[in-house]
Amino acid sequence: MKHRMVIAALSLIGLYVALYLSLWKMGLMGPLVCGVGACEVVQMSRFAYLFGIPVAFFGVAGFLALLVVSLVGLRPAFVGKPGPTKLLVALSGGGAAFSLYLTYLEAFVLKAWCRWCILIAVLIFSVFTAALLGLRERPSKT
Amino acid sequence: MAGMKGFYVGFGALAVGGAGVLLVAMSRGAAELPSGPIEVAAIESGRGWGGYVVGDADAPVEIIEYADFECPACRVQWVLTVEDIKQRLVATGRARYAFRDFPLSMHVNSRAAHHAAACADEQGMFEQMHDQLFGMQDKWTGRSDAETRFRRYAGDIGLELDQYDACMEEGRYRGRIQASIEGGAALGVTATPTFIIGNRLYTRISYDGIKAIVDSLTAVASQ
Repeated sequence: MKHRMVIAALSLIGLYVALYLSLWKMGLMGPLVCGVGACEVVQMSRFAYLFGIPVAFFGVAGFLALLVVSLVGLRPAFVGKPGPTKLLVALSGGGAAFSLYLTYLEAFVLKAWCRWCILIAVLIFSVFTAALLGLRERPSKT
Repeated sequence: MAGMKGFYVGFGALAVGGAGVLLVAMSRGAAELPSGPIEVAAIESGRGWGGYVVGDADAPVEIIEYADFECPACRVQWVLTVEDIKQRLVATGRARYAFRDFPLSMHVNSRAAHHAAACADEQGMFEQMHDQLFGMQDKWTGRSDAETRFRRYAGDIGLELDQYDACMEEGRYRGRIQASIEGGAALGVTATPTFIIGNRLYTRISYDGIKAIVDSLTAVASQ
């Protein structure tokens, strides 16, 4: 069940990063801390919205879902059952694909990088990898 | 189950630590100009302000410019003439130059920009902020994060940010800026940039035009 622990921890970090970007978008945060890169160019671009909703909000929802599923999957009743892991693969797979699209936009359309977005991309891909490895994990007795 | 316990302890620490970092980041808000009405007393005390003046107080001619930091024409005026005015007329003692605030209501970030410049002036860096605001105009015009950018420019030119933030949050110069607008309007300024040289108003004038006026006014003064 180690993969679910790893996913829970990574999702929590991802949730905080997405929350940070969402709060900034809502104007509740000070200046965006962005040492290297052009976070504001990315965050103020037209691609920062999907269906009129800030992309960062989707990040919050996605990481929250991953967090809940991984934590539930760690409850004794679900340990050893493959269901939560399959759900994690599906959720993180979708997230990784979306993140890939956003990274493509950063690289080829906006030609600007937001390191927070890159961190989110790394996190979601790590979660996806951990979930895939979890599928191969033998049911544990713990 | 010892592994689970360790996990929950670590997870809890991560959750609390992350929330703490977020809260600290939230408390560091960008300096925002207060909105709402400006006190009459603050406007009254701003009347009679001569603007940001450079040059010799005894220079025979005063060139006053009413400008708006968010106005593209003012930026062009700055690029094309203001540096020439400073170097060729002010530095040589032939004129002094006064920049006065005239933020137009059609420009959403202009008052904040003028206020940021006033807060920079408090630390002796009006000119540097003025150049940043005009130089970067296309980066902040009409944008919702303009004040965040002004704060960054303030940091870039080396302002003491705590003092700058306090100045912006307090809206220390809102009254004086309002007084400057009203003063300009009383003189007949309706658009920016408008120059006042020797009691006459000129809009969008070339350096050569300004120099010719200064020359003739200097000749009159020396008679």
